[in-house]
Order: sequence, then C-alpha cells, then structure tokens
Amino acid sequence: MASKSVIDELKKTQILELLEQGKRVDGRALDEPREISIETNAIPKANGSAKVRLGDTEVLCGVKIQPDRPFPDMGDKGIFICTAELLPLSHPTVETGPPQPHVIELARVTDRGIRESHMIDLSQLVIEKDKSVVGVFADIVVIDYDGNLFDACSYAATAALLTSTTPKWTMVDDKVTLVDGEESPLPTTTIPVSVTMGKIGNYIIVDPNGDEWDSMDARITITTNSDGNICALQKGGSDGFTQEEIVQCGEISVRVGAKIREKLKESQQGSQ
Amino acid sequence: MGGREATMVLLDENGIRCDGRKIDETRKITIKAGVLKNADGSAYIEFGDNKILVGIFGPRDVHPKHMSDTDTGILRVRYHMEPFSVTERKNPAPSRREIEISKVIKEALEPAVMLEKFPRTAVDVFIEVLQADGGTRCAALSAASVALADAGIPMRDLVAACASGKVADTIVLDVNNEEDQAGQADMPIGYMPNLKKITLLQLDGILTPEEYKKCVEVGVNGCKIVYELQKKALTDKYFGNGSD
Repeated sequence: MASKSVIDELKKTQILELLEQGKRVDGRALDEPREISIETNAIPKANGSAKVRLGDTEVLCGVKIQPDRPFPDMGDKGIFICTAELLPLSHPTVETGPPQPHVIELARVTDRGIRESHMIDLSQLVIEKDKSVVGVFADIVVIDYDGNLFDACSYAATAALLTSTTPKWTMVDDKVTLVDGEESPLPTTTIPVSVTMGKIGNYIIVDPNGDEWDSMDARITITTNSDGNICALQKGGSDGFTQEEIVQCGEISVRVGAKIREKLKESQQGSQ
Repeated sequence: MGGREATMVLLDENGIRCDGRKIDETRKITIKAGVLKNADGSAYIEFGDNKILVGIFGPRDVHPKHMSDTDTGILRVRYHMEPFSVTERKNPAPSRREIEISKVIKEALEPAVMLEKFPRTAVDVFIEVLQADGGTRCAALSAASVALADAGIPMRDLVAACASGKVADTIVLDVNNEEDQAGQADMPIGYMPNLKKITLLQLDGILTPEEYKKCVEVGVNGCKIVYELQKKALTDKYFGNGSD
C-alpha cells in the first residue's frame, strides 16, 4: 500500500496506457463502481450491522447504541461517533499499534460524511436535556483490502445505521433506566452516499481498486444526500485538480451516488 | 457544520456580515517572511484573529532512516495547536484532528515543492497555531508556502489558501469562527494560481450542485487575493527597503 516498488511503476504504466484507450484494468467503465454487496444484520448482538463488499474490499460495521453524557454545548442532541480501523489480517503491510495518519483520515472522512448529511436525527435521541442522551457508535473494521476504503466504510456504516434499532431509556429517580421491550428504528432523515474518484494522469476514475489506488496521483471523496446535494468532501493525494475537474467530480458523485443509494435502500428493505 | 443556533445576525439586509465584512471580502491578512533565526525558512501570518508561525528545516538527513526515499526528498508536516490557542484549554498532545490536518496540508504542498531534486532528504514543516479563530488550516497552508519559499526550496508555485462557505443561504468568502459554528457550509481551498490547480479541498455542510460550483469559484478567487499577499511578503523580505 505505502511502499512503491518497480512493480508499482510497471502497473501504473499499464493502467495509464489502458486509460488512454478508454479502458480500465478490470474492464470497468471510468465512472463505474465495482459490484457492491451488502449483508445487513451480520452481527446480531449489535444494534445494527452490515458487512459490505466493494469488489474485493471487505469491511464490517457494527453499531452500538447506549446512554451517554451529552457534549457540554450540545445538551439537546444525542451523540454520533464513527470509527474505522484496519485489522492486521486485512493486508500484509498493516501493523498493530497506534493508528497511522491515513487510517485516522479514513475514520474522520467516513464520520464527517454521515454527520454532515444529518442522517441521524440526533434531536430525537435525548433522554434528559443536558444530563443524558443516547450515543450511537458506528465502529468499522476493514477485513480485506483492495482499494477505496472510504466508500466501503461509508456504505457499511450507512447500511448498519439504516437497519439499527434503538432501545428506549427513561429517567427514574435520576437514574437512566431501560424500558423493556420498547425498541424502535433509529431516526434517520437522509441516506448519505460517498463516491471516491481517483485521478491518474488526466483521467478521473470512480471507485479505484487496489492497483489503481496505488497508481493514482490524487483522489477526491464526495458525499451526497438523498436530495442530490453535496454535504462533505475530502481531497487527498499528492497532486491537484483543476477547477473544471472539481466541478466534473461533483456531477459524477451526484449521478453515481444516486444508483448506489438505491442499493442501500434495497438492503434496508431486505432486512425488514 | 456545528449546527448551533446563531446568537447574532450572520448577514444583515445590506449584505454585511457579523464582523462587518462584505460577502466577497477576506479578513485582514498580514504575512511576514523570515521571522525565525534558526529555521531555514519561516513565516508568520495573521489571518483575522488567527496567529500562526511556520518554521522549515531542510532539506536535511532523514531520521528514522527507513523513511528516506532514494528517488526523492520527503515532506513532513506537523500542524500543532498551542494549549492556549483556543477558548477551552487544548490538550497539548496531537489530536486526531491535528493529525488529519497535518496530512491534508502535506498533500496540498507536495505538488508545489520540487523534492525530486533532493533524494534521501526530508523537509520538515512545523506549523504552530498560537491563536485560532476559524480557518486555521488555510492560514497555516498559506504561511507554510511562504516559509518554504523563504527556505529557498525550489517550487513550481506557491499554494495560496482561503475558505469559502455558505452563511445565511449565501455563498461567502473566508468563513470566520462564528460563521463556521453557525453557518451552513465551510469549504477550505488550497490553490496554485499559476498552475491553476486545486491542491487542498474539503467541505463540511450541505450545498446544491450550483452552490458547490459557486463555492469553488468564490474560494479560488479568495486564494488569488491571498497569493498577492504571499508574493508581497517575499518581495518585502528580499527586495524591500534595501535590507538583505
């Protein structure tokens, strides 16, 4: 992933030569994401979960919902936190220990896409204002790596949240108490979809696979909501985009994102 | 975005913002190149109430050695906020936010710096936020470019940075702290004006596709304003008043 070798240089040359003929290494169109499969409720002990495969990239998200103290300046809102981790079994270069900057970026970009879309209606997750609120924790682990973790993690978290049920708590004698048997779906308002594009030479490709990921000059991840508006964005990589390319990427993310949103909706309906 | 209720009028009927600016106006920006004795290059920027110091060391030997690259020099960026730079004391240990910002600033600078001329070396960029008031990453990136140029490191262009955003349903330039907390969207942009390339781009908040296009355009124009001030900082040091 991180180390560049002679093989990578050869791969990059091949990928670029193919792109010049309008082709990709795995035969996809430039704006075509890999096949997405979503298995919801993969971890029944979680309040919601989803295992997502994006080509050969595989990630798993489990959602835990539990009472928590609100943030000091957000006493009338529940808490949402999303984390992401690369498991050492996902790739030979992954080591245990404190997270590397690219993993921190992955977790934060995934969190931001969901947070900024206001997918979860946090105002409905208050047990008692300023004292106790409901915390929603979406923890994502990467199981197998073949490029584009941003989108795989985003779809897994979104699918898991869409199928989550939240228990009900009330305050009894100043103590947070579980109300037995009263579960309801997590209140959601929109379905955020992230679309990551790589730039190789002057070509923009959607959902880069592992080889393409190693070869790209720059990347951009754009999250759109159900209204087709853009709600979060992150550029990465060691090259720049022209203004026209940025606008083009925005258009691609809306168009491609709409199709992926249908898949996420299907996975939500399938679990009910 | 912060999602907090606005306690002030963000944009009045005359199109004047909470700090008295027009919608296409930046805060007051001053940049000074060469402010440190020991660093190979340095810069100080005041961007509104942001006060940021940047020091450059290198090209120099890489430690630990395994990080060195035989084909090119490497760029290392540390963005750090002082505990006293914000209202509530900040834990001095690097936060996840700081690690992410370090990474995006590094990637924003890399296209500009000709590191291939210095294989097996590292250029270290140390960014210290002395006081923060919204938009620190843009201010820091603008200052880091000036500091790299001051260090005499060959560059293809300066990276200028400025944020645009959406406040009270209007696309505005250079979102300040209040607007960031209560506004609708914040889009930091880093741009190389000569090469016409966007090297840093992030977005928090919801924009329609039309607003998105406008926001990039407004931000790029802001970068061009910052660019002039960056060049001025360098000419002031090297050609101004007969000094140096």
